Amino acid sequence: MRLVLEKRAEHSRLMTVVSPLLAIGLSLIAGSIMFVMIGVNPAEAIYAFFIEPLTSTWSLEELVVKSAPLVLIAVGLSVCFLSNNWNIGAEGQFTMGAIFGSIIPVLFHGFTGPLALPAMIIMGALGGMFWASIPAFLKTRFGTNEILTSLMLVYIAQYILDYLVRGPWRDPDGFNFPESRLYEADHTMWMLGDGRMHFGAIFALVAVIAVWFMLTKTIKGFEIKVMGQTPRAGQFAGFSRKGIVWFSFLISGAFAGIAGIVEVSGTIGQLTPVISPGYGFTAIIVAFLGRLNPIGILFAGLLLGLSYIGGEAAQVTLGMTDKTTSVFQGMLLFFVLACDTLILYKVRLVKPQPTAGGAHERV
Amino acid sequence: MRKLSKIAAAVSLAMGVAAGPALAEDPLKVGFLYVGPVSDFGYSYQHDQARQYLEKEFGDKIETTYIENVTEPADAERAIERLARSGHELIFTTSFGFMNPTLKVAKRFPDVKFEHATGYKRAKNVSTYSARFYEARYVMGQIAASESKTGVAGYVAAFPIPEVVRGMNSFMLGAQSVNPDFKIKIIWANSWYDPGREADAAKALIDQGADVIVQHTDSPAPLQIAQERGVLTFGQASDMIKFAPEAQASALVNDWKSYYKNRVEAVMNDTWESSDTWGGFKAEMVRMAPYANVSEETIKLANETVAKLEAGEFHPFTGPVMKQDGSEWLKEGETADDGTLLGMNFYVKGFTDSLPN
Repeated sequence: MRLVLEKRAEHSRLMTVVSPLLAIGLSLIAGSIMFVMIGVNPAEAIYAFFIEPLTSTWSLEELVVKSAPLVLIAVGLSVCFLSNNWNIGAEGQFTMGAIFGSIIPVLFHGFTGPLALPAMIIMGALGGMFWASIPAFLKTRFGTNEILTSLMLVYIAQYILDYLVRGPWRDPDGFNFPESRLYEADHTMWMLGDGRMHFGAIFALVAVIAVWFMLTKTIKGFEIKVMGQTPRAGQFAGFSRKGIVWFSFLISGAFAGIAGIVEVSGTIGQLTPVISPGYGFTAIIVAFLGRLNPIGILFAGLLLGLSYIGGEAAQVTLGMTDKTTSVFQGMLLFFVLACDTLILYKVRLVKPQPTAGGAHERV
Repeated sequence: MRKLSKIAAAVSLAMGVAAGPALAEDPLKVGFLYVGPVSDFGYSYQHDQARQYLEKEFGDKIETTYIENVTEPADAERAIERLARSGHELIFTTSFGFMNPTLKVAKRFPDVKFEHATGYKRAKNVSTYSARFYEARYVMGQIAASESKTGVAGYVAAFPIPEVVRGMNSFMLGAQSVNPDFKIKIIWANSWYDPGREADAAKALIDQGADVIVQHTDSPAPLQIAQERGVLTFGQASDMIKFAPEAQASALVNDWKSYYKNRVEAVMNDTWESSDTWGGFKAEMVRMAPYANVSEETIKLANETVAKLEAGEFHPFTGPVMKQDGSEWLKEGETADDGTLLGMNFYVKGFTDSLPN
């Protein structure tokens, strides 16, 4: 007897609902086994991971702070991935957005007032778009593989940031330490609530709604999906192949750029050599975890954010190491993506035939 | 009236009974934030060694917690606040990048005491501390110059920040005290922890004629290369002899135990005050790992220098010292002031490269 995966004719609607629940159940079981093995009470561990972070306003706000950039970047990426453009370089566009947006607080810190912050956000969006336009140009003009170019540009952006904070943009009063000056109050993101939650969360929400509307209600959304699935058919319908490359790269670049400047001006308050724990790369996972659907991405971003915040809580309350919490995060992602297979495939038990065919199959 | 005082007595007695043992048993919660994993066998590992030492030393009077591998300021601020919120009264943030996050959280928790390593910003409840690692680098320079046949050391360095430049200059002055023509070749790894790149740098330096490898990066990779190629080397932050049993001459060991113990005691005795500590051999914050793979004479020389440093009789930056361009920096007998050392952005005479800017 053996198990066979058989492609379904259509998506299973039942499995669309069941698969995430199944995934969570399986991660809880596998996680519990691991927790028992290292001598931690699994109930306590799971409580620390998933429940405790939701019990105080402070950690709820922190959850929003952590998830907002993931959601904002992932929503932009979903447009790329749906249209079959593989923008892997959101991390670089995020960094460039942070750099462009920081031109005002670092070089023109005398420019304050109510217009300063909106100008920074626009500059951030332009920075991200500029960086995303390079792989778009190379793809449309020379047919270069955008996976490689967008990924390589991440490292270039990070080196530019590194150069700036260690060189020309270094805080003049900072004893040569690699950090920019701290931003003025007028260059710091508008705050929501009394903790660290800031306006970046609103950008993420607006992006979710806007892209959802575009994908489901507009002709542009139809164009994106058609060009992603059957570009030839799309071209017969009069859609431009180059146009969609540019559109998807620019929109995801803009979102990543805004996420970058919002993170720097809202959460960090200055430029430092490292400004992201890999938001641009994690957002790729978030985009697929949310099945490239903006609403799904919102929940996926919150789930991933929760696993980080919860992992840290578990380190403090249970004295777990950082490695255990990363393994548990990995399990969660693995099961979610693995269970999604059930939406497209069904599992069938095949009985061996009594004829020689059974033996033959082994060869 | 009498009844009232009786009640008061009873109440205070009851409270005394309830509060007394609770106070005695309530451990002081001390939190630590590390930039690397505790298993890096270097910088964060040494901080964690000191944390474990505190647990041993204070027993159940203390409870410690750590959060490791926090690399980014936004995450650091949340992690520090988490420690402050969960009842930690003393929090050590052990990396330079945690400076502004520490200050932000300290403002929101005025009753919690913070200790930030290697920074320069303080507050009423934020102290800073660091160690004069450059003292050990002077000793390493002397060892290198005594043992080297080619007269060239290869230096794997992280970033051209004052901390690293200061260490290089001190190493150079130590080497020049033995061999005035000693040369240093430098490769910037542009990372604190990148075993692959550090190893490549060490290989390239050996190929260019260096027969001593020094590092100011955190991984043991350069030591492993030195072991493989049979050249002398030094451990960084902790004794790394097991990575290079036939190559490590000694190691610059960061020792935070006595400082951490003092600070915990200060909190327990309610004598904690915001301060700035920058201690070296004398304060027991820096020490040399046991010498190996070098001659008796070299060990004698190193021991002499260490003894002077421990007694506070010797400063590695003592004039006459000239800057790289030949201009005078320190006059005969003059020692460098801490301000210049903290912001050091120039080489002393003898370096052939120019300092990247």
